[in-house]
Amino acid sequence: MSELAGADRFNINSQLEALQTRYVGTGHADVSKYEWIVNQHRDSLAQYVGKHSMLQYFAVAENESISRVGYQMKQKMLLPCGLPPPPKEEEGEDE
Amino acid sequence: MTKEDDDDDEEIIIERLQRERRQKRMNVDEKEEDKEDSFLSSDEEKNDDTNKKNNRQKRRLKSFTMPANATKDFIFQSGKGEDDQEEEEEELLYREKFGTSKKISDRENEYKKRRFQRQLSPERREGVLKKDSSSDNEQKGGEESKRGYKEAMREQMFAREKEETMRNIERKREREREEQKRREMFSSIKADDVEEKKKETTEEEAPNLEEKKRKRKSRWDKTTNGNEKNEEKEENVVVARTMDDSAANTEKVKEHRRRLQNDAWDDDDDDASQSVGNKKGGVTNEWDDDDSTTKATKKKPKRNRWDDATPRNQTQPSSTQTTGTRRKASRWDETPRNEPSVMMMQTPMINGGGLGSETPLMTGSTSAFMQTPARSSEFGGGQQQIPMTPDQLRSARHDREMEERNRFMTDDELDAVLPGLPQYKILEQPKNYVPLRTPARKAQFSLGGQTPLSSAGGAGNGGGGFSIPEENRTQMFDVPDVPEDLPTMKAEDYQYFAPLLKEIDEDALSIEEQKERKIMKLLLKVKNGLPPQRKSSLRQLTDKARELGAGPLFNQILPLLMSPTLEDQERHLLVKVIDRILYKLDDLVRPYVHKILVVIEPLLIDEDYYARVEGREIIANLSKAAGLATMIAAMRPDIDNVDEYVRNTTARAFAVVAHALTIPALLPFLKAVCQSKKSWQARHTGVKIVQQIAILSGVAVLPHLTKLVQIIESGLEDENQKVRMISALAIAALAEASTPYGIESFDSVLKPLWKGIRSHRGKTLAAFLKAIGYIIPLMDPVYASYYTKEVMVILIREFATADEEMKKITLKVVKQCVQTDGVDSEYVRTEIIPPFFKNFWVRRTALDRRNYLALVETTLELALKVGASDIISKIVEDLKDESEPFRRMVMECVTKVVEHLGVSDVDQRLEELLVDGVLYSFQEQTQDENDIMLNGFGTVVNALGQRAKPYLPQICGTIKWRLNNKNQDIRQQAADLISKVAPVMKVCEEEQLICHLGVVLYEYLGEEYPEVLGSILGALKSIVAVVGMSKMTPPVKDLLPRLTPILKNRHEKVQENCVDLVGRIADRGAEFVPAKEWMRICFELLELLKARKKAIRRASVNAFGYIAKAIGPQDVLATLLNNLKVQERQNRVCTTVAIAIVAETCAPFTVLPALMNEYRVPEINVQNGVLKSLAFLFEYIGEMGKDYIYAIAPLIEDALMDRDIVHRQTACVAVRHLLLGCARLNCEDAATHLMNFVWPNVFEQSPHVVNAVNEAIEASRVTLGPAYTLSHLVQGLFHPARMVRERYWRLYNNLYVGSQQSLVAAYPRLKDDQENVYKRHELEMVL
Repeated sequence: MSELAGADRFNINSQLEALQTRYVGTGHADVSKYEWIVNQHRDSLAQYVGKHSMLQYFAVAENESISRVGYQMKQKMLLPCGLPPPPKEEEGEDE
Repeated sequence: MTKEDDDDDEEIIIERLQRERRQKRMNVDEKEEDKEDSFLSSDEEKNDDTNKKNNRQKRRLKSFTMPANATKDFIFQSGKGEDDQEEEEEELLYREKFGTSKKISDRENEYKKRRFQRQLSPERREGVLKKDSSSDNEQKGGEESKRGYKEAMREQMFAREKEETMRNIERKREREREEQKRREMFSSIKADDVEEKKKETTEEEAPNLEEKKRKRKSRWDKTTNGNEKNEEKEENVVVARTMDDSAANTEKVKEHRRRLQNDAWDDDDDDASQSVGNKKGGVTNEWDDDDSTTKATKKKPKRNRWDDATPRNQTQPSSTQTTGTRRKASRWDETPRNEPSVMMMQTPMINGGGLGSETPLMTGSTSAFMQTPARSSEFGGGQQQIPMTPDQLRSARHDREMEERNRFMTDDELDAVLPGLPQYKILEQPKNYVPLRTPARKAQFSLGGQTPLSSAGGAGNGGGGFSIPEENRTQMFDVPDVPEDLPTMKAEDYQYFAPLLKEIDEDALSIEEQKERKIMKLLLKVKNGLPPQRKSSLRQLTDKARELGAGPLFNQILPLLMSPTLEDQERHLLVKVIDRILYKLDDLVRPYVHKILVVIEPLLIDEDYYARVEGREIIANLSKAAGLATMIAAMRPDIDNVDEYVRNTTARAFAVVAHALTIPALLPFLKAVCQSKKSWQARHTGVKIVQQIAILSGVAVLPHLTKLVQIIESGLEDENQKVRMISALAIAALAEASTPYGIESFDSVLKPLWKGIRSHRGKTLAAFLKAIGYIIPLMDPVYASYYTKEVMVILIREFATADEEMKKITLKVVKQCVQTDGVDSEYVRTEIIPPFFKNFWVRRTALDRRNYLALVETTLELALKVGASDIISKIVEDLKDESEPFRRMVMECVTKVVEHLGVSDVDQRLEELLVDGVLYSFQEQTQDENDIMLNGFGTVVNALGQRAKPYLPQICGTIKWRLNNKNQDIRQQAADLISKVAPVMKVCEEEQLICHLGVVLYEYLGEEYPEVLGSILGALKSIVAVVGMSKMTPPVKDLLPRLTPILKNRHEKVQENCVDLVGRIADRGAEFVPAKEWMRICFELLELLKARKKAIRRASVNAFGYIAKAIGPQDVLATLLNNLKVQERQNRVCTTVAIAIVAETCAPFTVLPALMNEYRVPEINVQNGVLKSLAFLFEYIGEMGKDYIYAIAPLIEDALMDRDIVHRQTACVAVRHLLLGCARLNCEDAATHLMNFVWPNVFEQSPHVVNAVNEAIEASRVTLGPAYTLSHLVQGLFHPARMVRERYWRLYNNLYVGSQQSLVAAYPRLKDDQENVYKRHELEMVL
């Protein structure tokens, strides 16, 4: 093993990647569009729910109670974009 | 994530762990490493640790720091740096600990080597459940091919019985011997004397027996005059077999033997079908035979043992008297390993090869072996024999050779060697001469005449001398080269892997053989292969584990693990294999549980902490795979094994099982075992399991504490002393584990414990005291006080003991008792302290290191209770004792007490005594390991503070005198002492004295011993620090020029202290020294920039900064910029750091123009150096970078477009620091501009560039916001080229982890498709 690679092995960055992949929301080269967007939605919903002012805003806009809006959002996090497309489909389109 | 990645990660993690592990190795707290009967070994280990810490350590430089980043740079830039150094150090550490050999067996002690004597037992039938049916089978005659629980138990029973019998025989022999002795006495000595002797001998007898329990005499000692008929009569008495040499003289006897042997053969064959034939691995299970034959058919006439049948050797009656000097053969020597010649003739062996000459692996019976052919060839279709380790082979060969070489010379030989009678006379041997003979020699000697050794089959012929061991020749030299795609084999490996070397058409083999071969190949690759090879083989083994089958796998792996030449790394790998396949095989492992345990258990007592952990893990996994019932069934027989080693390891293994399968699961079993009536060994082991559980589980025993205590409490009153002892120890372990809770659970044992300490003596008492010592701290203060007073009577009695173990225990218990709240100081002062000091503070204690430390600790504890002055006044006189070790111990104790309690309650008189004593012992010392005297002196003087003033002149006088000493150690110590007392002198306003010392030290700067010189510089440093630059004598302007040449010194300690001193002067008193001198020092410092030691590099880089500040950056910068042109890389790196530091200390605008100008030099090194300096510079100046970003942008822009990849890489690093520095400072325009030049580098391949670019982008995330980065990234996340996608997703992950929340606002607006809703409607709501 070369010296460089040897030094690199213990570099935090080389391990970072492996660590990151264990988190939900990170992706890799084969992530489908659906998966990526679902994560976006969930992140967004989580934030709306977490920030009271946001919830208030949406509640006023929808003319619903704040907690109902919050509840709906939490429910929506299950399948924010609807059912996943059948697996055989290859999605690789660009934005 | 793919599996491969997983493996990769794991590999990385493992390597990291291994590194850590090697580093830690020295500090491992080997807590659970307490062998039977050793009470304090864990404490010892701890003490060893503290020892190491006490050793004279190089003090770190505190005043200067260099950014961690810069040093990291050294590492990978230079490639050879800290890393290598670390590795070397590791290597050294390893050597220090384990010696040069990496073989595990080389560092094992005798006890641990006993693992080689264990037998890889044949696989077991599954579980206890089928026990009944199996016994039926036994009767029928064995289609059942595996051993069951019952057999194992029975075997154990027989082993024990045999042990018993052997002991009886031993006793009988002893008696006979005494008898004979006495008879002889009668003939020679007068009658009244005899009377006396008789008494003595009978008295001696008892302890002797005890002692020899394990070491039976070899059979040669036997003096019975038995003949064949006699033997047949006492058939049921197992008599040690004698291989009588003289018997071999007669042809008739030989004939007879042969016949008997055949008989034995036939017998065995009869039974063979039921038991022998099914033995796996060539291990013949003799006890099974014995059992079925002796028990079932007592009438069978065949039990005649040919070896007993022969007439006794009466020609040498004297031999019986020599027992005292004779080697005490262990049970294992029972096997005829010493006389292979005889064995070979008489034992028919199918496998033939020289291996058969000894059978130490069998559980100790030889008789059965002699009747039972070893049938290794039956084993699993031509595999190697499992149990025969090369170790035994070697030792057998060695023994044989030694015996042969050292055999007696016959008269003929002597005649041939020596000249004739005239010159030499044959003296008559003295009457009391008794020839010293080992049995084997005797055998050879007497055989020599008729049966030349050539019949021994290969072991060289009677002529002795050198003979080439045949196995070796074939194995080591005539082997074909290792086939391709296999890793190289070591000599030891041939034994296991030889079949791989043969060219065989694999298709022709049966499926079984193919499998075997495959396993062998894979194992070899795992064991010796390169990492990739190893990895893939490991994976194959794991994936195909079920396919290959548990049997073939374990049959090959386990013997490898038993190999005596195994190294740490190999063991680790093989253990890993087992671990992996355990998961796969799951319940298929059941029949092999015991086999695996035999191999893995020794790991539990390995000295390497990580080996122990590994062993535990395997056993835990094993128990999860096999289930509790199987584990118990497999290990139960070992619980009352005759061998203590087996019981010890089994107990530890059981503790692991309990830990893995929860303690309650094992409780019923433990209860049963601890109440076993059959054997004390079982009870002993049972209690030991509890002890180990306590050690292993720690505070987790609490929920089960009551039950565990209940289980072992009866052991405290057991009839066997050992059981009582271990019970007390187990209670101690439980109490220790559960501290500070759980006193209620111990209620039931308080009475027996406190009763026990009154009735027991010696080791048992020690164990009981230990238990009490751990229980008392758990009690409420009131009870603690009461019970302490109860136990103290005994403790005080035991203060006077001469037994070292007991001393240690008492010290510990006193410490524990005194620690508790309930014990008041008055009681301690009046009751404990007087006898304590009388008995322990004596010279003798100082000689044993462990007692020494325990005593110091306990005394400290007493001091904490009763105050410093009480204790100090007791021992202060001893500072003038004439024994140096004792003085040292006193000094250490005083140091500790003063450290903890100060000297505030020390009165005037005591203070004088103390200083006097300290001075005396400091002056009188001859050597000072661990700097005890030095530290003690420093501590006391510092604690006295102002009160030390009257003594300072005297102290200085001593120091000055010692500085002049011929011995360099004394000079060094004196200098070190100055650095310690300098602050006190300042406090006492003795500045004149300090300055005087400064002058003295200045004069000693010509010192030639580097260690001393380093200390002198250190002392000067502390003086400078105390008095300040202006008042310093000698004046700084004189001092510094003397230091300049010392900077050239290559010794690290000198360099470190010198640079430190110079840096301090440059920092505080630069104006006292002309600029020219500073320039000279700059040049010297440049050399130091490439020092091997990081602290020195760091110190010199910092000194550079101070000097630059002192004399202005221009000249220094010129020097440094010139330095960029040199070839040597490390030098350049140091220079860049120095430039950055100069820029930081003298403001960047003084440096940047010159630096930027230097970039115009069309030389790659220089430009690189400039960029690197910029990187460090922007890192150090932080927010100041805002002022320079526009000025520097064109240069970085150019560098980012350079053809040279390193240019771009370094520029990226510079950008990173620049951007991070001016985050939130309104430099977004410039930052965006620079980032536009960074982005194209995103697809570079070199890892360093990738890193640099990643980090620049991360910096832009901070400065420009995540939205900026995301907008770049979305273009590539779903790019058709995988390369692009991979790179972009990597960056996206960084971004996502870094700013997950902010991204919500930045995600692109998406359109819905047919099935899915991708719009984030909420964000489109507008009020």
